[in-house]
Amino acid sequence: MDRRVDDNTNPSLPELDELESVVVRFAGDSGDGMQLTGAQFTASTALAGHDLSTFPDFPAEIRAPAGTTFGVSAFQINFGSDRVLTAGDEPDVLVAMNPAALKVNIDNLRQGGLVVVDTGSFSARNQKKAGYESNPLEDDSLSGYRVMRLDITAYTLEAVKQFGLSNKDALRCKNMWTLGLMLWMFGRQRKPITEWLKTKFGKMPEVAKSNIAALNAGHAFGETAELSSDLKRYEIRPAHLEPGTYRTVTGSQSLAWGLVAGAQCAGLKLMFGSYPITPASTLLHLLAAMKQFGIVTFQAEDEISAICAAIGASFAGSLGVTSSSGPGIALKTEAMGLAISTELPLIIVNSQRGGPSTGLPTKTEQSDLYQAIYGRNGDSPLPVIGTRSPGDCFETAIEAVRIATKYMTPVILLSDGYTANAAEPWKLPDLESLEKFPTQIVETPPEEGEHFNPYERDPETLSRPWAKPGTPGLEHRIGGLEKSYETGHISYDADNHQKMTDTRMAKIAGIAADIPPQEVFQGTEGGEMAVVGWGSTFGPIDQAVHRARDKGLDVSHIHLRHLNPFPSNLEGLLKSYKKVLVPEMNTGQLMTVLRDRFLLEAVPLNKVEGQPFKIREIEGAIANVLNGKGAAS
Amino acid sequence: MNEITTAGKLTAKDFTSDQEVRWCPGCGDYAILKCMQRTLPEIGARPENTVFVSGIGCSSRFPYHMATYGFHTIHGRAPAIATGVKLANPDLDVWVITGDGDGLSIGGNHLLHVLRRNVDLNILLFNNEIYGLTKGQYSPTSRPGTRSPSTPQGSFENPVSACAFALGAGAKFVARTIDTDQKHMPDVFKRAHRNKGASFVEIFQNCIVYNDGVFSDFADKANAAETRVYAVHGEPLLFGSENKKGLRLNADKLRLEVVTLGEDGVGEKDIIVHDETNPILAQLLVSLTAPAYPVVLGVIYAAPSESFEAAAMKQIDASIKKHGIGDLDAVIRQGRTWTVT
Repeated sequence: MDRRVDDNTNPSLPELDELESVVVRFAGDSGDGMQLTGAQFTASTALAGHDLSTFPDFPAEIRAPAGTTFGVSAFQINFGSDRVLTAGDEPDVLVAMNPAALKVNIDNLRQGGLVVVDTGSFSARNQKKAGYESNPLEDDSLSGYRVMRLDITAYTLEAVKQFGLSNKDALRCKNMWTLGLMLWMFGRQRKPITEWLKTKFGKMPEVAKSNIAALNAGHAFGETAELSSDLKRYEIRPAHLEPGTYRTVTGSQSLAWGLVAGAQCAGLKLMFGSYPITPASTLLHLLAAMKQFGIVTFQAEDEISAICAAIGASFAGSLGVTSSSGPGIALKTEAMGLAISTELPLIIVNSQRGGPSTGLPTKTEQSDLYQAIYGRNGDSPLPVIGTRSPGDCFETAIEAVRIATKYMTPVILLSDGYTANAAEPWKLPDLESLEKFPTQIVETPPEEGEHFNPYERDPETLSRPWAKPGTPGLEHRIGGLEKSYETGHISYDADNHQKMTDTRMAKIAGIAADIPPQEVFQGTEGGEMAVVGWGSTFGPIDQAVHRARDKGLDVSHIHLRHLNPFPSNLEGLLKSYKKVLVPEMNTGQLMTVLRDRFLLEAVPLNKVEGQPFKIREIEGAIANVLNGKGAAS
Repeated sequence: MNEITTAGKLTAKDFTSDQEVRWCPGCGDYAILKCMQRTLPEIGARPENTVFVSGIGCSSRFPYHMATYGFHTIHGRAPAIATGVKLANPDLDVWVITGDGDGLSIGGNHLLHVLRRNVDLNILLFNNEIYGLTKGQYSPTSRPGTRSPSTPQGSFENPVSACAFALGAGAKFVARTIDTDQKHMPDVFKRAHRNKGASFVEIFQNCIVYNDGVFSDFADKANAAETRVYAVHGEPLLFGSENKKGLRLNADKLRLEVVTLGEDGVGEKDIIVHDETNPILAQLLVSLTAPAYPVVLGVIYAAPSESFEAAAMKQIDASIKKHGIGDLDAVIRQGRTWTVT
């Protein structure tokens, strides 16, 4: 067995333990259990009191051919003592379980970073499959990195030999061996993971024992004397988080719980209609497992049926919610128009992914903003709000429910693949203190001889009354045809259509007065430059602005939750800066909308590589724009 | 929009809205509407608990004329919207009004799945074998050779049989009636209403403007006896002016044939007795088409099973029984948490 460990560290680079945070990336074949390893490492990291952020990065294929580059699955975690808002630019440590994982990920590793490779998987065949002409472990292609060549395959087989598993099952424990090594490297506890393994494999004690043995063996390996000079135990100071009780939460979890909390605040039953699509399906899975809340989940035959069932549920007095990703949202478009025309509350969650068409199902992008704001036939306005991080999904979902029910309107909630899958520490909210907004469902029939008019609007909100089937005296008919402003009956009258169109626009525009004024997240009101973002670019923008301000630059960070309508003070606020930089994971959609609404000269910074922004990309753009150049120069 | 309904015995008037009916004079839809307004009081329906959901097309204007709750939705999607209504409130009486274009073309997928799931809806498909609202194009049930604005030389597609489609989708209740038979239609509506699950009813409906007389083979009262078989559970499938004709199974060819009592030694024992729980018989009956065969009307298949929303509610109840009513605070605190001081 090859126990040689090389150290090619460039001495001028900082040691890992001097960094504010450490980024570890686990990469392997999709069948190697990398997501599981990453999730367990995340849990142990949170338990150690570190701030963290994760980024699962997996292939679209369920089981791509083993050993190929397109079958590589990875999980990245950034944890540290300072506030951690992104999953990190460049990994400091890369764990590569096979040649393909090395090939795909090595270019991202920080120069001087540590790469741990399983030499047992570096057969000539696997190297060829990954596209290597010669063995990268033997030529100089890894100079510039610290390389740990470990025969993880052999160590794992040795560690689990006594339990008599088949070779295939024994090899499945490789991920736990690796996790054990990483736990040792970063001073993490093994106990929560061994407990978890015992529960997970409760019915298969041999499998549980094998996994625990592999975990312990990996951990023990790290402790062996002959490696200690090369593998430091990195101690990281716990993060300075606000006092409170915390847990890690993924965007999907926090969104699911936010929807449940929102429905409770509104006093409504939740009905969730959805059709499986990556990366949005997790929300369906989570809500389907919460039936004790009275939640009805419906896996529809298609995206159209999913939204239509949600609309039907809202018509019948529940809170209808549907969820999808870009292409699925496109299919729901006609039904959104119906919800706008019939003025029924509805939440549409879009976990955005790379587009157009099927695009990049498992990669993140925020290129559906136009679709959300403009993408329907007719003049069909609806509120659009965006969530900035996994934990933020909770509040955003509640806000979506508040607007939808108060204004009797569909609301689009924009999330993305990154936010849905990523995890971060989340301070548990005090649910008792959440502001209730009970829905005013009409139950009183009109006076004798009077008719119930389903379009008799509240003069302040312009919202129409919600009467649900089952209520005597409030029988009414609605539909997608234009309605008379006065009676709610079908009307083809030209003046009436003008008035109804104007009213629908005014109702949505009026929401601007009912949302919080836009705040400056970091920096000052007015100044040289504002960096304006929305959605999951929050983390890298915040870090980049933080670094720029540390250097003394006059830069502020503004992050939008409300994308349509905008907060009423936004125009004045943005015009108080000399320059506005808009980083987006699209080709400039928010920038166009800002120009459209405010005739604002904004500078775009765009990236559509299926990956989140790196901090230094935004940092560089800030410097460029301040120097009078384009963002990307 | 409508008068308040007072408790007590209701009449057709209590189910009739004040909205002007805008179908073409002579349209078969009028007969169906009248029949529905008359039948609902008879089955003890309440306007406040009744919902009509429709898609797009001539037939889909139906809800506006009923003094109940109504939702005129978008093309083909009524089954999906009605599914949501039932999931939100399983106690409602929900009727879906659709047509051959709405239900079998643009909305074919939803119809398939709503039948398969057995959602407790009464689905009335008005089949006039033509697109009326868009001015006369051929539809998925039009016979080959149908001349229409989009098929000036005649259509060359194979039509779909609505009832065969429903049976293939796994419908547990399939019935058929015709707009000209005001005696038969209410009985079919009543049976459909009584069935807890998806009740599929095909109504042959004449479009007087674009497809007049398309069902004349069996629609005319004059030759009704010779061209229709009324299927009644437990009774022999006899027809004809003297009830002397009947349907016999030719076992060698596995098909139905028309025979006459007293001819070639045919006796009543040779005639098939209708068994509405027999899915194979149902397939054979819906396959008979005019003019070679009489058309079978009535409840062709009825084999009730648990409805979709009842099963969904059962799972919710079971979860509450097992875990207690959901406590969000407990859920978010599950698993590993830590405290920062």
